[in-house]
Amino acid sequence: MLVEPGSFHEEDQGITATDVLGFTDSQPYAKRIEQSRAATGANEAVTWGEAMLAGHRLVLVVLDFAFMGGSMGAATGEKITNGIERATQSRLPLLIISASGGARMQEGMLSLMQLAKTSAALGRLGAAGVPYISLLTDPTMGGVTASFASLGDVLIAEPGAMIGFAGARVIQQATYETLPDGFQTAEFLLAHGMIDLVVPRPELPAVLRQLLDLYALNGAAPDLQFQRQAKKTAAPAPAVTR
Amino acid sequence: MSDNGSVAAATWEQVELARHPDRPYALDYIHGIFSNFLELHGDRVFGDDHAIIGGPASFDSRTIMVIAQQKGRTTSERAMRNFGMANPEGYRKALRLVRQAERFKFPIVAFVDTSGAFPGAGAEERGIAWAIAENLVALSAARIPILTLVIGEGGSGGALGIGVGDRLLMMEHSIYSVAMPEACASILWRDIARKVEAAEALKLTAPDLKRLGLADEIIPEPPGGAQNDYGLAADAAGAALRRHLKSLDAIDTDRLVEERYQRYRRIGATS
Repeated sequence: MLVEPGSFHEEDQGITATDVLGFTDSQPYAKRIEQSRAATGANEAVTWGEAMLAGHRLVLVVLDFAFMGGSMGAATGEKITNGIERATQSRLPLLIISASGGARMQEGMLSLMQLAKTSAALGRLGAAGVPYISLLTDPTMGGVTASFASLGDVLIAEPGAMIGFAGARVIQQATYETLPDGFQTAEFLLAHGMIDLVVPRPELPAVLRQLLDLYALNGAAPDLQFQRQAKKTAAPAPAVTR
Repeated sequence: MSDNGSVAAATWEQVELARHPDRPYALDYIHGIFSNFLELHGDRVFGDDHAIIGGPASFDSRTIMVIAQQKGRTTSERAMRNFGMANPEGYRKALRLVRQAERFKFPIVAFVDTSGAFPGAGAEERGIAWAIAENLVALSAARIPILTLVIGEGGSGGALGIGVGDRLLMMEHSIYSVAMPEACASILWRDIARKVEAAEALKLTAPDLKRLGLADEIIPEPPGGAQNDYGLAADAAGAALRRHLKSLDAIDTDRLVEERYQRYRRIGATS
């Protein structure tokens, strides 16, 4: 566990995946949801809340691959967006830990639109000057990589984690290309300039501490200073003497 | 055939119409609706992607910025356009044009027509997912009106990468899906032959998207489909674009951007 014991306060526990489209593939989606709920004890593929890490309060969002492959449906996207918006409003650093096969096909276009929703919310987080650390674990693929997971100010991946958009099998079927050794691994992405750091799990706490210390707002963010100044100027101006 | 079977067959007909080889492509609409289109090239980083094209054009004596996915008509053009599947360079060129549109206050008109972003080793090495994600952020916050028109296939993140905007319009026989039916069948049924069932389950037709509250308007096509009369299809699309652009023009920029945020924010919202 990365965070300080007892410091995590989960939000939106009650938000549950729902079968809006009435989707059935080899099994009904409603049944898949039930199975995932029973297997994980969670209502969705994501858990979020505020927590303390290395002395810093932050918003933590964690995806669970055991719940339908960590896929992003409407409820998943809703919870992630709620987490991002909390970080923006409370000016708390954001840490998202991803593990996902991508968009949840059983929710059709409602799932795809969550890419836009989460990314738009991160645009506002960035504009507010609140830092976002994205931790990519094995695997992080598809629409999740093509939205919030790759939008961190700092991208960290675990060693050997598979990270990408299209899967290797799909690429080979489409192009008959021979894929290079280590294709789509964390190390491969680091070499291609797509992520900042590859960090083994035992070293994560120290790296996150260093990052939070460096990026933490400490009430001194330029935005806040600006707002304070703006307030001062807005106050009744003292008589000007020349 | 069961009722479900005939519904699925009707949906599959829509998929085939959306992919009809004689269907008008982006450039057919662009030349049919606008004048003075000047195609700009290159992402200033790596190359020029012919699967995504764009540049300024005149629309009713004002300048707009066109961003479009372009498929090829002949064998050689199909190869040149990479079958309408863009690499990161296409999305980065689009981003360049979004920034330019903001700078000069040109409204953006985006034409979506792709089965998806290109699944290739090079695309992955050069960060296709990163390029799409950057566009989602840029489009969602861009301080100019943005109209999106799906003319054929809207395929997954590859379509969304130029498809975030203030209005989503769909040609009558276009489709828009989280995954193409073949990919969905292969992943969920582990059998590509189940593509017809997958197409029905995905709810990907224009009326489906309208019902889900995602599409604002369905633009009627000439009888039998847009392939039968490019002029009529372009006229109908042009009239709808004109009307929606006029309504967006009336909205103050701060409110426009806020309404766009809320447009996506409420999709799948629980409260």
